[in-house]
Amino acid sequence: MTTNGNGLRWVGKRPVRPDGVDKVTGRAQFGADFTLPGMIVGKVLRSPHAHANIRSIKTEKAQALPGVKAVITAADFPELPSEIEQAGEVVLNFRDMSRNVMARQKALYDGHAVAAVAATSIEIAERALDLIEVDYEVLPHVIDVVEAMEADAPLLHDDLYTMGVEPTPDKPSNVAKRVEFSIGDLNAGFEMAEVVVEREFTTKPVHQGYIEPHAAVASASEDGLCHIWCTTQGQFMVRYYVSRLLGLEVSKLRVTPSEIGGGFGGKTVVYLEPVALALSMKCHRPVKMVMSREEVFRASGPTSGAHVWVKMGATKDGRITAGEAVLKYQAGAVPGAPIGPGCMCAFAPYDLDNVKVVGFDVVTNRPKVAAYRAPGAPISEFGVESVVDELAKKLGMDAIAFREKNAAREGTHAAYGPTFGEIGYTETLRVAKEHPHYQAPLGPNQGRGVASGFWFNIGGASTAALNVNEDGTTTLISGCPDIGGSRASLSMMAAEVLGIDVEQVRPTIADTGSIGYSFLTGGSRVTFATGMAVIEAANDVVRQLRERAAKIWEIDVEAVVWENGEAKPSGSNAGDFEPLSLSSIAATAGKTGGPITGHVSLNAQGAGPAFGTHICDVEVDRETGRVTVLRYTAIQDAGKAIHPSYVEGQIQGGAVQGIGWALNEEYIYDEDGRLENPGFLDYRIPVASDVPMIDAVIVEVPNPKHPYGVRGVGEVPICPPMSAVANAVANATGLRMADLPISPPKLLAAITNGG
Amino acid sequence: MRYLSPHTINEAVAALADSDGDVKILAGGTDLLVQLRAGMKAPGLMLDVKRLPELRSINVEKNCFHIGAAVSGAEMGEHESLKGSWPGVVEAMELIGSTQIQGRATPGGNLCNASPAADSVPAMVAAGAICTVVGSEGSRDLAVEDVGISPGQTSLGRDEFVVDFRLPERPPHSGDAYLRFIPRTEMDIAVVGAGVNVVLGDDGVCVDARVSLGAVAPRVLLVPDAANELIGRKLNDEVLEKLDAACRAACRPIDDKRGTVEYRTQVSGVLARRAAVIAFERAGEK
Amino acid sequence: MVKTHVNMTVNGEAVEFLCETKATLLDVLRDELDLTGSKEGCSSGDCGACSVILDDRLVCACLVLGAEADGGNVETIEGMADADQLHPLQQKFLEEAALQCGICTPGFLVAAKALLERNSNPTETEVRYWLAGNLCRCTGYDKIVRAVMDTAEEMKGVSK
Repeated sequence: MTTNGNGLRWVGKRPVRPDGVDKVTGRAQFGADFTLPGMIVGKVLRSPHAHANIRSIKTEKAQALPGVKAVITAADFPELPSEIEQAGEVVLNFRDMSRNVMARQKALYDGHAVAAVAATSIEIAERALDLIEVDYEVLPHVIDVVEAMEADAPLLHDDLYTMGVEPTPDKPSNVAKRVEFSIGDLNAGFEMAEVVVEREFTTKPVHQGYIEPHAAVASASEDGLCHIWCTTQGQFMVRYYVSRLLGLEVSKLRVTPSEIGGGFGGKTVVYLEPVALALSMKCHRPVKMVMSREEVFRASGPTSGAHVWVKMGATKDGRITAGEAVLKYQAGAVPGAPIGPGCMCAFAPYDLDNVKVVGFDVVTNRPKVAAYRAPGAPISEFGVESVVDELAKKLGMDAIAFREKNAAREGTHAAYGPTFGEIGYTETLRVAKEHPHYQAPLGPNQGRGVASGFWFNIGGASTAALNVNEDGTTTLISGCPDIGGSRASLSMMAAEVLGIDVEQVRPTIADTGSIGYSFLTGGSRVTFATGMAVIEAANDVVRQLRERAAKIWEIDVEAVVWENGEAKPSGSNAGDFEPLSLSSIAATAGKTGGPITGHVSLNAQGAGPAFGTHICDVEVDRETGRVTVLRYTAIQDAGKAIHPSYVEGQIQGGAVQGIGWALNEEYIYDEDGRLENPGFLDYRIPVASDVPMIDAVIVEVPNPKHPYGVRGVGEVPICPPMSAVANAVANATGLRMADLPISPPKLLAAITNGG
Repeated sequence: MRYLSPHTINEAVAALADSDGDVKILAGGTDLLVQLRAGMKAPGLMLDVKRLPELRSINVEKNCFHIGAAVSGAEMGEHESLKGSWPGVVEAMELIGSTQIQGRATPGGNLCNASPAADSVPAMVAAGAICTVVGSEGSRDLAVEDVGISPGQTSLGRDEFVVDFRLPERPPHSGDAYLRFIPRTEMDIAVVGAGVNVVLGDDGVCVDARVSLGAVAPRVLLVPDAANELIGRKLNDEVLEKLDAACRAACRPIDDKRGTVEYRTQVSGVLARRAAVIAFERAGEK
Repeated sequence: MVKTHVNMTVNGEAVEFLCETKATLLDVLRDELDLTGSKEGCSSGDCGACSVILDDRLVCACLVLGAEADGGNVETIEGMADADQLHPLQQKFLEEAALQCGICTPGFLVAAKALLERNSNPTETEVRYWLAGNLCRCTGYDKIVRAVMDTAEEMKGVSK
């Protein structure tokens, strides 16, 4: 038996993932692959207008078309009161969610669902959509966040009064919320500063860009029992949201998650699921709905576009004395931009005494934003990390040395509230500084940029079950969809505790009827939080195995130890017994007390924050404005990498998403507020030939709150790339690009006008 | 919608003539199927021309290459002698989309889709390619630059289609090149494209040239003013600067989601310069 | 509705079906033949998730009409493994964690197989450009490109 030299047999190794063969052979069932007997198809009618009153919807003709089994509009959904509800880490307002799922009275964006049909074929469903008559009164619209905040801007909701302002305004506006926090004395901080940099930035909404479109099959039986099969980051989330949206008892709805073809936060909400179920409830046939790519872009959540203002000051010896930011984030059609985390993360990597952050959550005539990898953080951190870079340059300091001088460490009181425990930010900076990349020579028109990133990570509610099978193999059951390899990491932790081969742990992701509640896959929480549930379940199984051995040997349980997958007497005093393997205990479990199962539900606390530092080299074509990323190194504190390959994968994938955000990705609207690029042709996510290898370097500063030291890893890698690229472009050209994306026309104009 | 896959040109012409114009010709399908799926096109007849032998081969006759209109980009790229004589034409075709698209996309489809941003068209125009067009009235020749007249519109009659492209005989010291600008490295539609085709004398002086631009006007442009800056000259910075200016002067672009007027205009000159350098180098090597 | 009678070979097996003109080869594979390994990510040839090999050419099944494939020979992800022996690319993708969510994986594997059949020793740049029509949003392409190159290296060793 080999271990890693730290006594660990599986943690830190790279076994083949348990769901791998299904995925390389085409066997794995994703959302759109599921079918049921008697199934029909549903299609959504979407608003062609960015903003319009819906005077009436006439569905009679569609209803009368042969083959049409159901037609629904907002009238088929219960009208819900506007109430803010805290559900785990998420703030919900089911009235707003309901209005996003199906427009009520008003269409709020191009692509907003206004009606849906279920029919026996796609062709009939599409013809039926053409027969639905919607009488729209087109209204002026607003796309840009700054314009939406102006006093005379077209108003999306006449009952939206800015929260967080005292007294509450007496007039409605598009500003849903204002948040503010501050520490220290900002004015004093800026007075101490010898160098001040102040700059405005803009970022465009960018889409999560998962390759699998949303898909759901819903079936409602005559007795009111309902079942949804769908691609989602959280089957329990779908169950609760759909139950609330349709007024169902939670116990009457069962949700089975399919394999999920990417989410990145975008599948933490519902779109088709309640619509498909509402259709099925009308006709009692299973209804399948799959979004086209165009629908994904027009109607599912991107992240916010934003306007960011940052001001920072520092002394000549390189100490940051004050940081101030004003962040304006688009929420899309209904309130709920990730402004809170945007504000909190902005200055989190730095040990600052004087900070003030003000944020605004602003509605605009765009699809409602959804979470996207470290929601809100990449936007504010783009501004801050760009200004940090400028400050370092003005001070004549090395970009990494300047960050090291101001870096948050264990004991640093973060501006957003907590005091950091053991964190690995300075470790990432040290490794970056020593990495050969940082010293490598650069050619003409090339530049190197450095940027860091921060994300909280979360824990939360998770359930895991571990069943010992008759032959001593085990079945591990998780309630969190596996979006990037968590079945591998969970199995490895179970195998580690049990001391058995990882192949003998067979993981499954269960439906809502088969496992206890688990919060969704998001917040970089599964390997941490569900991992803790798995470890505790495995510990419980070990305890039972020791008890069974004790019973067989007729000795005290305290005299039995579990080592390398076997029960052994704890010492010579305990007696002289041949070790009992897991399989031999399992074989006699019936006689020693029945099935051996571990089942743990917990609310995991103590998720360790994640920090990363990225180094990016670019070359700029000064005649076309093209930026080519030549070399990229991403260093990140993972706490402890359970399966390093999948940790690296998260870092590499996040970095490339960030490169796309930095250089090419954006929503383009025409003057009528219609999305002009709802497809992968003109919404340009990076292709293989756009990027170099991404050198992912894992730093391990263990999280003391997790048995193996795990920190979440999925989100922080998307925080640094935008500023790493922009800082590299600044070093290559002398131009500070503050508006994303740094697309060729924009950069060429800047070079022509000022380079 | 019916599907028809004729085996002879006469059958195809007859089907076109009978269709009252409610027909789309399926060559590669990489644009057409997308338009069909998006509901932009709903013809009564889909006429697949890929089983017509005349459209499916690359031949050399009297020192001229004939490229069937429904030959795929991948097949053009694998044709070594075509690539040797007309590297610019082949590169332009190969720039269209991904490897997967290359397995389907055809020069005939690219031309008749009539997008001003079609990559193969400026290269064909610079090459001086002539299409053979057939219809009920028989067959006729048409210069490639005269086929696409505005976005989505061709000058072909309702019962006509393109059979093949004929490239002119290649004298010694000739070379062509096509460059396009896209934001990514692959998979985008050209923001600007520039094709340059030159014939040099033994002394390196340009004796003949054609310059074309894509995506800077409602149709692909042949730019004689730009070619005139090259003819009678050797390549140097001053000539390149004049070529650049002539190209910029010819541009009549629009602002759209893929680029601005200023950007397209500026980059058209840059690409023409860079393409000219490559074309001269290639010509010099032969 | 006019339907075309189509015969083709899929992964070595003869199949026969009636096909509406607008049905793509992808529709046929997924809905008629229950071969759901080829994925629909865009329906416009931009993502490569439906990559299949048609008559020795790598194509997007969403850009081929079912009717056009009459007489054709189609290879899909479902035919890539030989009995219980995974193709070396499939094996290498597993060993090197070249997939995260897995939705793009069938398309990448089919495309990479087509590459290695033409070019047994591709450079990194050649791999990246050949696979530029296959979008992956999870991996940043790093491990995919490495897995393809490592497979090429390994297959060379075996064939010697």
